Amino acid sequence: MSNHLVIAPIVTPLLVAALQLLVGEKRRRAVLALSIASCVVLVLLAAALMQAVSADGALATVYRIGDWPARFGIVLVADRLSALMVLLTGVLALAVLPYALSRWQHRGGHFQPLLQFLLMGLNGAFLTGDLFNLFVFFEVLLAASYGLALHGSGVRRVSAGLHYIAVNLTASMLFLLGVSLIFGVTGTLNMAALAELIPHVPERTRALLHAGAAILGVAFLIKTAMWPLGFWLPRTYAAASPAVAAMFALMTKVGIYVLLRLGLLLFGDGAGPASAHFGSDWMLWGGVATVAAGTVGMLGARDLAKLAGYNVLISSGTLLGAIGLQQPAVTVGALAYLVISTLAIAAFFLLAGLLASDGDDDTDDTLSLEPYEQPGETAANESLYAQEDESRVVISAPIAMLGASFLACALLLAGLPPLSGFLAKFAMLAPMLEAGERPGALVLFTLVIVAGFGTVIAMCRAGMQIFWVEPERLFPTVRLSETVSILALLGLCLLLTVVVEAPLRYLRDTARQIHTPAAYIRQVLPAAEAPP
Amino acid sequence: MELVLAAAIGVLAASGVWLLLRPRTFQLIIGLTLISYAVNLFIFSIGGLRTGADPVLQDAAGGIAQYADPLPQALVLTAIVIGFATTALFLVVLLTSRGLTGNDHVDGEDGTP
Repeated sequence: MSNHLVIAPIVTPLLVAALQLLVGEKRRRAVLALSIASCVVLVLLAAALMQAVSADGALATVYRIGDWPARFGIVLVADRLSALMVLLTGVLALAVLPYALSRWQHRGGHFQPLLQFLLMGLNGAFLTGDLFNLFVFFEVLLAASYGLALHGSGVRRVSAGLHYIAVNLTASMLFLLGVSLIFGVTGTLNMAALAELIPHVPERTRALLHAGAAILGVAFLIKTAMWPLGFWLPRTYAAASPAVAAMFALMTKVGIYVLLRLGLLLFGDGAGPASAHFGSDWMLWGGVATVAAGTVGMLGARDLAKLAGYNVLISSGTLLGAIGLQQPAVTVGALAYLVISTLAIAAFFLLAGLLASDGDDDTDDTLSLEPYEQPGETAANESLYAQEDESRVVISAPIAMLGASFLACALLLAGLPPLSGFLAKFAMLAPMLEAGERPGALVLFTLVIVAGFGTVIAMCRAGMQIFWVEPERLFPTVRLSETVSILALLGLCLLLTVVVEAPLRYLRDTARQIHTPAAYIRQVLPAAEAPP
Repeated sequence: MELVLAAAIGVLAASGVWLLLRPRTFQLIIGLTLISYAVNLFIFSIGGLRTGADPVLQDAAGGIAQYADPLPQALVLTAIVIGFATTALFLVVLLTSRGLTGNDHVDGEDGTP
């Protein structure tokens, strides 16, 4: 019975989304209550899942759909890594939800059901143990993300969404090609069975297998936005409404998750001399290039949401490079960095939306970092600001809150002490120095430091422009629900600065587990099921 | 038969990629559709090309040469359904973009002022 826990994070948002569609958009309160309930339940489920997989002796929980043995049917597998990602999804959704309530959800239809479908796809992608099933869940989450990216409509959003959808449809085709090539060579799509078969693939078809894996990898690298496959990202994320962009901060991490999982499961040390560490150099150097491109882009960014978008690129690139090294100690730090950077970037997207807001719910806002007096400025806006000037106090509470949050975001993203961004970066970078035999390790180390420095410069410049040079641009009312979201996300990062021991132990166990996949394979494919 | 199928997949994919790189949204969607045809045929061919073969073995010793692998067919069916749905969704976005910007360029602007 407790086994059904594994499928619950997928079924819950599906049922809730269906219910919300039945209830209808008119009954806002009911839809809202359903959404909140679903997110709370998801967090609880993820916590229970984490408890279950981190108990002594438990490695992973396997759920066989339709009770078919893993070699024939589709399985869902929850191990430490999956449970961590599901928890991160739930927490992020719960934290972003209040922000969406205030005004964003009314900008277009069906925001809440789409969000639930996105959660379903994300959880499914994290929990599945089958490559084709992974494709299906990817499509579920992408279809929902298309809807969310376009949420609120407007020329900028539709044009960015058009590029986003075209790129992702092409990536899906590559995904299918890769999956079918791998199936053609090995005859199975179960990840554990694949890991078992890869050392025994005959030499003459190994090239085909590698081609399949490479094509599959490109599909994930597009979603991770590796340079030069990531040009769609900053524009799409900047155009999406802030609550959506905050959720999207997690979507690049889905690609990272799959690359981490498949890279170590299929092409780890156990894959035989011909296939071991296949593609890890590509990930490492691709990560290096992505960090460099992200830093340059960030220094040149002309509006705040784009700046946040380039932060996503830097975070993706750092993670790609770190998992490309395939060192357990680096992976521990990379997982910590993944969690912290996702939360911090989500908070930054929300904050950017708030700073750009001019208090008018019906227009789209972008906060340009150019000097304020622009020819495009309307007279109506100017009169609005003129009115504010009369009643403005020197530093009002909302502006103090915005400023403090901005500072916290900057510290977290740049990885400066004393916040957890520093701890995560340190945990990732320190072991990199010891992994000296890979020349790329030092390059990545240097570049991540440089990127941190670039983040400081870009954030300082943006902060000065916003808070010091032209503070009258800020609309000095902030709604409670929006504050709650941002403070919750930043509070979580702060909490992870103080409470370090238990999470780090969990991450260490996680890294050990994914670096020794033999136990995972045994768990998914018990010996009793071996074919005769 | 292999040669015909391989040629068909190649031509479809090549035309699709060419159209994908064109600047008009209509060309884009036709290109994506052609590529998805090519991919679907490719998945279908992964199980091997046989005519008149059963997907289920007749007896335990049954000739493996007369066996059509049902799994790629199931995969291609799923891929077709998903591709169809996403193409329909993409069409809506194309029309919205056309309506909002007044032209059918993928960037929303023609370059001609």
